[in-house]
Amino acid sequence: MSMADDTTAHVEGEPRFDGTPKAVWPLYEVFVRGKRGLNHVHVGSLHAPDDTMALHNARNLYTRRNEGVSIWVVRGDAITASSPDEKDPFFAPSGDKVYRHPTFYDIPDNVPHL
Amino acid sequence: MTVTEDQGPDVAALEADFDRTVAAEGRVEPRDWMPEGYRKTLIRQIAQHAHSEIIGMQPEGNWILRAPSLRRKAILLAKVQDEAGHGLYLYSATETLGVDRGELTEKLIDSKQKYSSIFNYPTLTFADIGVIGWLVDGAAIVNQVPLCRSSYGPYARAMVRICKEESFHQRQGFELLRALMAGTDAQREMVQDAVDRWWWPSLMMFGPADGDSPNTQQSMAWRIKRHTNDELRQRYVDMTVPQAEALGVTLPDPELRWNEEREAHDFGDIDWDEFMQVVKGAGPCNAQRLANRRAAHENGQWVRDAATAYAAKQAVKKVTAA
Repeated sequence: MSMADDTTAHVEGEPRFDGTPKAVWPLYEVFVRGKRGLNHVHVGSLHAPDDTMALHNARNLYTRRNEGVSIWVVRGDAITASSPDEKDPFFAPSGDKVYRHPTFYDIPDNVPHL
Repeated sequence: MTVTEDQGPDVAALEADFDRTVAAEGRVEPRDWMPEGYRKTLIRQIAQHAHSEIIGMQPEGNWILRAPSLRRKAILLAKVQDEAGHGLYLYSATETLGVDRGELTEKLIDSKQKYSSIFNYPTLTFADIGVIGWLVDGAAIVNQVPLCRSSYGPYARAMVRICKEESFHQRQGFELLRALMAGTDAQREMVQDAVDRWWWPSLMMFGPADGDSPNTQQSMAWRIKRHTNDELRQRYVDMTVPQAEALGVTLPDPELRWNEEREAHDFGDIDWDEFMQVVKGAGPCNAQRLANRRAAHENGQWVRDAATAYAAKQAVKKVTAA
């Protein structure tokens, strides 16, 4: 049975399914924690109609061989990214602050534990 | 206002920056500027690869119901599921280039994009399942391992995942064939027959000879491809010959022999007419593969629609409950 024929299930006030959606499922980005103690890492993306299905699809697609103990799925349009170009001046403020690195400091070799 | 001001950012400078990144073995990420040709080449190549994984489920799926044991059935199911997964990793990579995977599926079933010709050959016996794992997946591994270092980040990362899983595919195939070779004469003949049918098509998987592969040079300059078709084909032949010996089968090429001088195997000429025929759609199974893919896509529409409708209803319920 097609949902397109299922007019009886429709409840007043809910969006009616009009039978011609060809709706594109939203894109979800998938993050997997490989094992306890590690961060979640981005592994790829998938499409799903809702969050629950996205989680199930992510389980089936990205953890078929025990690759994870925890999965996050995030709708792509909910992610705010730094900029369209990953080589832009957004990160320039950290570029000229070499003194933030331990190697900036000159310490004699014979001083221990530094 | 001058014309140059109208063009926005300086394309020549962007391209020079892109070329420098690629030449220095840097990775290109989705939102970086890239030449239009690079983007188009990647979309074509990755989509073709994705389609191959998806169509590749059919020749093997053909034997799931007839696998000779529960063990073999479970293995084959897992393998076919992997192929689906590989297709999805790759469609995911294409989407970072600004195309929609639904659109790619439409292009596949409308024959506007291609998939690997190898999947247009039929799987006539269960030995074909072993030979596909050994030879076809073996060739795929040789093709794909260098792609793990492809210049486009999402493609390279998808290939890393895929290559890890292909190793299981090849080994299960070889093990299956070893089991058959340890069986009856009839079983050994079945293996040899499958090898005879798949050997030449597997060599064709590397694509046209270097002289007839117009895209190779640009793809190598862009570090999308790392080796020419003929280099990879040679590597595959050299790797496979000792495996065939270990298995006790004969590769169907009377000209196949070790060349001391080249320190590589010489092998016979590939029937490029057959290759072109199959590429153009006249292979034994082209029509069937596409018809099945179209039917699966169209018959699955109501499932996708139902899931969409359910999601919409649940979303409304959440809002009204809140």
